[in-house]
Amino acid sequence: MSENVKKEKDLTAEIKDLVVEFRTDYGTVQALNGMEIEIERGQTLGLVGETGAGKTTTGLSLLRLIPDPPGVIVSGSIKLDGKDILQMDEKEMQKLRGKAVAMIFQDPMTSLDPVMTVEDQIAEVIRLHEEGSKQDHLKRAREMLELVGIPGTRGSEYPHQFSGGMKQRVVIAMALACNPELLIADEPTTALDVTIQAQVLEMMKGLRDKYNTSMLMITHDLGIVAEICDKVSVVYAGRVIEHGTLEDIFENTRHPYTEGLFNSLPNLEDRQAQLKPIKGLMPDPSNLPKGCAFCPRCDYAMEICKTEKPKRVYRNETHYVECHLYNKDNIQEGKVGKR
Amino acid sequence: MIKFIIKRLVALIPVLIGVSLLVFFILDLAPGDPAKTILGEQARPEDIAALREEMGLDDPFFVRYGRYMWDLVHGDLGTSYKTRDPVGEEVWARLPNTFKLAATSTIIAIILALPLGVIAAIKQNTLFDGVSMFISLLGISIPIFWFGLLLILLFSVTLGWFPVSGADQGLKSLVLPSLALGFQHMAAIARTTRSSMLEQIRQDYIRTVRAKGLPEGEVITKHALRNALIPTTTVIGLQMGGMLGGSVLTESVFAWPGIGRYMVQSIQGRDIPSVMGCIIIFAISFALINLLVDLIYGFIDPRIKAQYK
Repeated sequence: MSENVKKEKDLTAEIKDLVVEFRTDYGTVQALNGMEIEIERGQTLGLVGETGAGKTTTGLSLLRLIPDPPGVIVSGSIKLDGKDILQMDEKEMQKLRGKAVAMIFQDPMTSLDPVMTVEDQIAEVIRLHEEGSKQDHLKRAREMLELVGIPGTRGSEYPHQFSGGMKQRVVIAMALACNPELLIADEPTTALDVTIQAQVLEMMKGLRDKYNTSMLMITHDLGIVAEICDKVSVVYAGRVIEHGTLEDIFENTRHPYTEGLFNSLPNLEDRQAQLKPIKGLMPDPSNLPKGCAFCPRCDYAMEICKTEKPKRVYRNETHYVECHLYNKDNIQEGKVGKR
Repeated sequence: MIKFIIKRLVALIPVLIGVSLLVFFILDLAPGDPAKTILGEQARPEDIAALREEMGLDDPFFVRYGRYMWDLVHGDLGTSYKTRDPVGEEVWARLPNTFKLAATSTIIAIILALPLGVIAAIKQNTLFDGVSMFISLLGISIPIFWFGLLLILLFSVTLGWFPVSGADQGLKSLVLPSLALGFQHMAAIARTTRSSMLEQIRQDYIRTVRAKGLPEGEVITKHALRNALIPTTTVIGLQMGGMLGGSVLTESVFAWPGIGRYMVQSIQGRDIPSVMGCIIIFAISFALINLLVDLIYGFIDPRIKAQYK
């Protein structure tokens, strides 16, 4: 897969060293601690991790829609097409939202305005970013509905007249309406039935390939990652702890946490085998461990893990891991766990 | 839709029967002899007995109630004991005044309350929020007869801008009473608007709308406010319904010739047919306003409209 690595990467989105805190009366929550992602044009990056790892916050930060208060971007940079959006004013951001970057939200049941027809809701985003009359926008909105497999005539209906899967299609139609360069999909299928999941995923894949859209796929489902992503970032406590191509992550797993994620999947061939969930819970984000954030749950934890944050070690140009188990010399040797 | 309205109007009938029966019963229990009220304390017992006979006051309760209802169905609200005029005419003459007062004060209340509530919600926990909620707390807690008197003192007595009382100077007379009443009602509407706005701006769909690139002003007015209007409409409707039955205190303070003042005077004079008439009108207007509110719900929220079959 090394042919994918170019000297000058053409990046649609790049987040560097992003630190985001939620400051509440009950304490400061460290949502992102040096988050780093890169999405190349036309590629799909999977963001994998448990609930509360900071995946959605990462997605929202690309739109600069982290709720403020209580969310504060402490440091770091967020670049879209090479431009730092943290330096932009609100007007410029509004021009980007929905046009350059669009987001599909997690829960289709609550993501649509209940008192507006779906075609009006889709037409709204078109009106904001494209020329034309109201009629043109409505016509385009109906075309978008057809594109996601909903008859255009149903556009004049309200969200409550749609099923969950159809609502998610509407949300997707809305996100794609202005041909965004970057599509952020925040667990787009979590709220759906498996059969609908497959349909929606297939549809997204088709649309992505058709329009050469870059995509950030936020999910906790490794199956979806294998299905749709080019690269994967595994997130833990607001930081990427392992990153690589599909092959790097699936075949050459290095980090004990990633290993744990794979072990948590049921094994179809051996149904007698016990599930091996990762013990414990995500650390309290308002009180993160001093050293490696995964240390309290890690089977391989050493003394150094408790006190020092691990540095990044590269296995090859695309694959890196942040774990004290590895150094330049032993990273090629093989994976840590016994699967 | 039409079917729904007809259904609701038909449902009004049992409500009216219930209300009239209850009120008729309570007024029947009230002490005092209507015949004596009419003829005066010094009247001879045989005159009183004759009048009781003539008015049918000695008939059983349900006979009298039946007679009243029979007249009511024919549009006759009875005759006032005091003035010997038909109650219907008396009430009818005062209804426009009460309606005028209710309408203007509701408009004033809405104009003040909606921006106040919306901005307070957007700027939650800021100085503006604190001040506006304090103002609306004042509106709720200041007794209207006192606030009304203050208004009269300042604007009528000292400045001489508006008449002290009555309704004979057209719009000018309307200003102070509707300000007093509107200020009081503004309070509840502003608080309801604020709390339902706070609920709406935290909803997922608001985030979706922001992600489309909609300017914040439109996010609030086009999406959040419209969704927040349901509870607000309920409060406005309830208040308006109450006001149509006459705002007893306001009408008394400003000597406003509306139903509320008429009812108070009738109660004081033990003028039972007039009191009955006022209450019947009150019940009908309350029910009609409620129906109107339900129709407005349907207009605001398609999920509710879908149930109007």
